[in-house]
Amino acid sequence: MNEEGYWSIFLNAALINNFVLAYFLGICPFFGVSAKLETAVRMSGAVAFVMLVASVCAFGINLILEAINAPYLRIISYILVISSTVQLVEMLMRKLSPPTFRALGIFLPLITTNCAILGLALFQTNKGYGFTQAIVYALGAGAGFALALILMAGIREKLDLADVPELFKGTAAALVVAGILSMGFMGFAGLGR
Amino acid sequence: MALKQVSPTDEFIKGLWRDNPVFIQVLGMCPALAVSNTAINALAMGLATTFVLLMAGLSVSLLRSFIPREARIVSYICIIATFVTCVDYAIMAISIELHRALGAFIALIVVNCLILGRAEAFASKNNPGRALLDGLGMGVGFTFALFFIGVVREILGSGTLFGVDMFPDGFQTWTVMVLPSGGFFAMAMWLLVVNWIRQREGGAEKQANERSREVAS
Repeated sequence: MNEEGYWSIFLNAALINNFVLAYFLGICPFFGVSAKLETAVRMSGAVAFVMLVASVCAFGINLILEAINAPYLRIISYILVISSTVQLVEMLMRKLSPPTFRALGIFLPLITTNCAILGLALFQTNKGYGFTQAIVYALGAGAGFALALILMAGIREKLDLADVPELFKGTAAALVVAGILSMGFMGFAGLGR
Repeated sequence: MALKQVSPTDEFIKGLWRDNPVFIQVLGMCPALAVSNTAINALAMGLATTFVLLMAGLSVSLLRSFIPREARIVSYICIIATFVTCVDYAIMAISIELHRALGAFIALIVVNCLILGRAEAFASKNNPGRALLDGLGMGVGFTFALFFIGVVREILGSGTLFGVDMFPDGFQTWTVMVLPSGGFFAMAMWLLVVNWIRQREGGAEKQANERSREVAS
């Protein structure tokens, strides 16, 4: 059992070890959906929600797997739970907010293959977090993902207007921006562990 | 095996350059950036991914007439997760240090979009032989890409290659290259090289392929 305080877990997941910029998790949606600010906000909402549900589910599954002594089933059962959750979110969104659903397009089902979510489930298991700790960790990771994605979208909207050399256009420029952003986040390293 | 239309070698070659998973399709970026801080980590990650690509491609291709269309993504993910678990335990048995260095990223091969992408786009429509060739090509292309990023980051970031010192004493290492931001910069640099070559070569794939090797070596 891990005795870490809630505030430290939250800060750690959101800033110091930001999932996108320090762990390189969820890079695909990070580059894919960050071209427009509005889509980025909606996407981060969806990801944060799936993270929360997945974290709760992963906690329950881990208890069962440990009880029947079958840790080798962990990866397969986590990913199945995550894909069902994503399916659920997709159905909810189609019902509640069709414009959001259309705006996210292909990236909604792709949350399943967003490593940030499986990564979150695996990290919380490896760190031995308790139930409330796991929820705080998921909230922190979701906030961190949203922060990185929204910052990136803001920068890229400005970048569209800038005069970039032909070769640098597209992914290469986005990568350099992400690198600089990641250097900025390193400044948070002094905040905690 | 009845091989028609595209020649078998082409199925293999396309993964190396024309459809290179990392540099051209920009798939599977998370592991490409996260574990490429040393050349050996990058190589191990590439080989593990290649194995999963091969086995998943083969299984999906063999089972393609049995898997119902509606449940195909879930079935693919189950198949991939099974092989990833195998690799995870195999690496733990071979070298516990390597397992620690790669950390959760071996388990995260499951969510590498490259593997699911190939299963959906290629293996589910082609026979096992072609699926194997395609998987091998993509895997080798992925491994090379990771390796190149890893070499740059290790040489500049720690002044070594495979743990052997590359520079005389007094070389100031670029610590930023082993840190996360270095991954983004190294990848951006290789993308520029690739874009530049593609621009110069136009459509001539064969020459481009050779050129990429020259540039890389």
